[in-house]
Amino acid sequence: MASVAERLSAAGTANALELRGVSRLFGALVALDDVTMSVRPGERRAVLGSNGAGKTTLFNAVTGDFPPSSGVIRFFGEDITWFPPHERIRRGLRRTYQISLLFGDLSVLDNVYLACRGVSRGRFSLLRPRRNDALMQSAIELVEAVHLSAVRERLVAQLSYGEQRQLEIALALAGAPRFILFDEPAAGLAPGERAELVEILSSLPRHIGYIIIEHDMDVALRVAESVSMMHNGRILKEGTPAEIESDREVQELYLGGGHG
Amino acid sequence: MAATTNTLNPDADRAAPSAAQSLPDWLNRIHPAVWLLALFLLFVPAFTNDFIQLQVFGWAFVLGMIALSLMFLAGYGGMVSLVQMTVAGCAGYMYAIFGHSAFMEVSLGWPWWATIPIALIIAVLFGTISGALAVRTEGIYTIMITLAIASAFFYFTRQNYTIFNGFSGFNAVRPPPLFGVDWKQATPFYYLSLFFATLSFLAVLYVSRSSFGLALQGVRDNARRMEALGFNVTAHRIAAYSFAALIAAVAGILLTWLNGQISPGTAGIGPVIDILIIAVVGGLRHPIGPFIGALIYVVLRTFALDALVAVGIAGERFQLLIGLGFLLIVLFSPDGVLGLWSRWRARLRKRRSEL
Ligand SMILES: Nc1ncnc2c1ncn2[C@@H]1O[C@H](COP(=O)(O)OP(=O)(O)OP(=O)(O)O)[C@@H](O)[C@H]1O
Ligand SMILES: [Mg+2]
Repeated sequence: MASVAERLSAAGTANALELRGVSRLFGALVALDDVTMSVRPGERRAVLGSNGAGKTTLFNAVTGDFPPSSGVIRFFGEDITWFPPHERIRRGLRRTYQISLLFGDLSVLDNVYLACRGVSRGRFSLLRPRRNDALMQSAIELVEAVHLSAVRERLVAQLSYGEQRQLEIALALAGAPRFILFDEPAAGLAPGERAELVEILSSLPRHIGYIIIEHDMDVALRVAESVSMMHNGRILKEGTPAEIESDREVQELYLGGGHG
Repeated sequence: MAATTNTLNPDADRAAPSAAQSLPDWLNRIHPAVWLLALFLLFVPAFTNDFIQLQVFGWAFVLGMIALSLMFLAGYGGMVSLVQMTVAGCAGYMYAIFGHSAFMEVSLGWPWWATIPIALIIAVLFGTISGALAVRTEGIYTIMITLAIASAFFYFTRQNYTIFNGFSGFNAVRPPPLFGVDWKQATPFYYLSLFFATLSFLAVLYVSRSSFGLALQGVRDNARRMEALGFNVTAHRIAAYSFAALIAAVAGILLTWLNGQISPGTAGIGPVIDILIIAVVGGLRHPIGPFIGALIYVVLRTFALDALVAVGIAGERFQLLIGLGFLLIVLFSPDGVLGLWSRWRARLRKRRSEL
């Protein structure tokens, strides 16, 4: 175990996210195959790849939903490979789900309130949340930040698809996120809603880095400064958006493959 | 009762406009029917005899509390625990073992102010440990594990003579004569059990809308997402077992006073299942459900015998009647009497709006 000073200095220079030889098996299927990648603090990365390439599995390994079968994952220098998911979240990691995982019987505000509560103290508090709680206030602000104030009191089950996707993002912004994993936040959105999404992502504070899985090149290129291309559970290429776009192998595999 | 609305939504509180300014907000929100019910319950001893107060209401309050602890776990936590009656039995045993009984070779004879807290602590520990064993399982496996613990407790108490005095258990277990009142008498016990039943009812209602309760419902609906929001799902589930165990433990001591004794049969498999029936028949959606279920159960148990004999069927068949009633209710309303009630109200509202 490293001393506190070592860990602090490591955190200062460490990558936000660092994967070393991460694999994940589902039975005989190798969903992630020896993935090594690093993302700097504040960096914004897009992950491309066809269906079943292992993009979501990569996220699940990082958040601990489905921990890796082998390999090491470091988050700001700290080895989190075997942490339970909630410990990773409390350290500033966040994610959204490709298929919305929300609380349909609760209101929009209560969903966001739960998210704020999850990364603060008092998770076991027997006190009832009040309007003027600091935490409730930050929940209200978050709802506003994702443009959902108009439906704040509505039950989530009654929201439109696009609104549910926006709420997914709000849940990932609760507390003090340091790094966020967005799993296809733009999928299924109308053009207007996509523009709104791009605006929400661009207005995030600069120190918050993220990885965004996105099939739509137009969206990906506007919100990311680097791109990783996945195929068959492996990272195939990494580079700037321009490099990836002009890469012949990528074009054959992906861009020509009927996507986007 | 305002009760049947969706209690899972804490907004019910916040959305309510404060109409009259003279009364505190929370007082204003109380439905007139609740006041009526409270008034009725307060004056029950004025127009009923000892038998009704003790054998009907006393039992209904106590069994209702134990079923309430199950309702809390099942309704808000999605965990069907069959160990709640056993937790109650454990508290009763501890009260008898540390305190006074007819069997003073085993009973330690400690004063009540030590006995009651110790009994509660041990029972809550027992409930918590059972929870810790059960929370990693889901659905039918939770039921199986808690049932296994309940059976183990039953057989252990029946066979162990050095601590639990085996088959016969402990007789002459009395409540302490606090404030010079004999709490075993009908009217004092009525108020005593009414007090604790109300207290635990309000506690569950309050906790269900606290941060902890909200999170518990989140865990029930979507454990994976709760982990991804930073909640320790396992810890939340175990904590819910502790809270439920406290209610069951208090009820267990009351039950022992009501019975005047505690023996393996108190928490046998039959009573364990009865608690599940009471909770389901009443309804798991609101903490009033278990008390409705308990009242129905106790009334059936108490009077079915006479009713059956009157129509020429052997009186011992009252269990059959309970089973039949259980079947009918579950068949017509999977969410118990509460479900019947809210559906009836919905139909009424619809008819009114059509007029
Ligand atoms: N929980 C699981 N159990 C079994 N197999 C799984 C599981 N999750 C993913 N897989 C398999 O792993 C492979 C990668 O899936 P993954 O969801 O990571 O793909 P993806 O890149 O996110 O694809 P998409 O673009 O369709 O979302 C697929 O073949 C999938 O069937
Ligand atoms: Mg995916």
